[in-house]
Amino acid sequence: MYVAVKGGERAIKNAHAWLAEERRGDPSVADLSVAQIREQLALAVDRVMAEGSLYDPDLAALAIKQARGDLIEAIFLIRAYRTTLPRLGASRPVDTGVMACDRRISATFKDVPGGQVLGPTFDYTHRLLDFMLAAEGEVMPAPQAEPCDAPMPRITGFLDRDGLIGQEAPSDDPPPDLTREPLEFPADRALRLQALTRGDEGFVLGMAYSTQRGYGRNHPFVGELRVGMVAVEMEIPELGFAVEIGEVVLTECETVNQFTGSKTEPPQFTRGYGLAFGHSERKAISMALVDRALRWEELGEDNVGAPAQDAEFVLAHADNIQASGFLEHIKLPHYVDFQSELELVRRIRAEAAATSAVRAVAE
Amino acid sequence: MSCIDTRKEWMGLLARAPAGLLAELCAGLGSEPGFAWLRPPETGGVMLRGRMGGTGAPFNLGEMTVTRCALRLVDGGAVGHAHVQGRDRDKARRAALIDALMQTARAEECRDRVLVPLSTQMEQQRQARAARAAATRVEFFTMVRGED
Repeated sequence: MYVAVKGGERAIKNAHAWLAEERRGDPSVADLSVAQIREQLALAVDRVMAEGSLYDPDLAALAIKQARGDLIEAIFLIRAYRTTLPRLGASRPVDTGVMACDRRISATFKDVPGGQVLGPTFDYTHRLLDFMLAAEGEVMPAPQAEPCDAPMPRITGFLDRDGLIGQEAPSDDPPPDLTREPLEFPADRALRLQALTRGDEGFVLGMAYSTQRGYGRNHPFVGELRVGMVAVEMEIPELGFAVEIGEVVLTECETVNQFTGSKTEPPQFTRGYGLAFGHSERKAISMALVDRALRWEELGEDNVGAPAQDAEFVLAHADNIQASGFLEHIKLPHYVDFQSELELVRRIRAEAAATSAVRAVAE
Repeated sequence: MSCIDTRKEWMGLLARAPAGLLAELCAGLGSEPGFAWLRPPETGGVMLRGRMGGTGAPFNLGEMTVTRCALRLVDGGAVGHAHVQGRDRDKARRAALIDALMQTARAEECRDRVLVPLSTQMEQQRQARAARAAATRVEFFTMVRGED
């Protein structure tokens, strides 16, 4: 039961005023601009875009500022804003095969056509705090080399050509959209991928890690990881043709996993797939591992009861806005709920006390 | 440099253009021609799609902000459309105006003063990233380990 309670307006108003002041911090320290967040906290911006499910770096940076750096709160702000936008349409599926790659690596083949390109990575850094960053110094420009315009074909394409990996069935059917229809189970792979790409990075990482530790192990190799810019094209009905409407940075991970096969089909590798907004490697790799774990049924594997194989468990708990909404609501007033429980427990105690008093008299 | 010969190509270029650069280049065309809105700028979301495994069936990846508009030039009545990434109404208006002007006698002027410099600068930026990426390409070499 909900009962409206009045009061607290002044306290709430003053709390929000104080929040604004705390957000600003020490006024003798320069104010942080949205552009500074967008440019210098770019990976936080990417995470807010991926889990907020809206690609707009300026809005994500503003949300991070407003949320005082609480990324889940920032994601909440983006999700709320997103619901106010009219849907103008859907893009054509992006072609990550022609991505302008900042980074492209393969853990399965050393000598891949197009090469191994490390890009701006934390990998191979020593994870030692760099106190030089505390002293504001100029950054040296990064070295450059002659750009190589050779195409970077998909690694899985080579395996595919030889029939060594399961094929992706080509299709152009419009996919289901969980922002339009509530997520229901069983969820097909398109829905699972949509839920995973906007899912909480920490949750998806934990699920992926659980498969590596043996809860539904699927022996993944990172066949390929690529990060870079892809063009977004949309069909414009008024024009009767498709035009590019922008470009986005995406991270894509294709895993090559252990085999399936049967009496009629020779064994072949299987795939997991991750694709996320921005430079989000941990997310994309985690997504690929969980995608692969959730495919147990279509690949004819046993359900060993691992959490990462349970689509309902994974997808219903991956969304950090749903989760934190339900979790955090319990800190809001529940006075009446609690009052009823309090009365109940007092009555039970009184009854128990009365019963034992009667028993004592009887003895 | 990307091609700008067809309407599809110049519309794509305008959509991807940095708003500041587009404004700067459009200023070079003098005062804006008179126009009437067919559809005033409207910001909305476009659902981006990817493909499973990069090549398979499509799935929904998430939305992106897009601003669209359509206008008709007072002089001659050419219609310009724009669907541009982001929430910048001015950018959408400029993109639609250039699209309209490209269908008029001022096409050559628009190409020289706006589209070509836009394309050149954006290509330079792309090359600057590609050059940095190329410098991080791994050159493997094999260590020869002699046993004797």
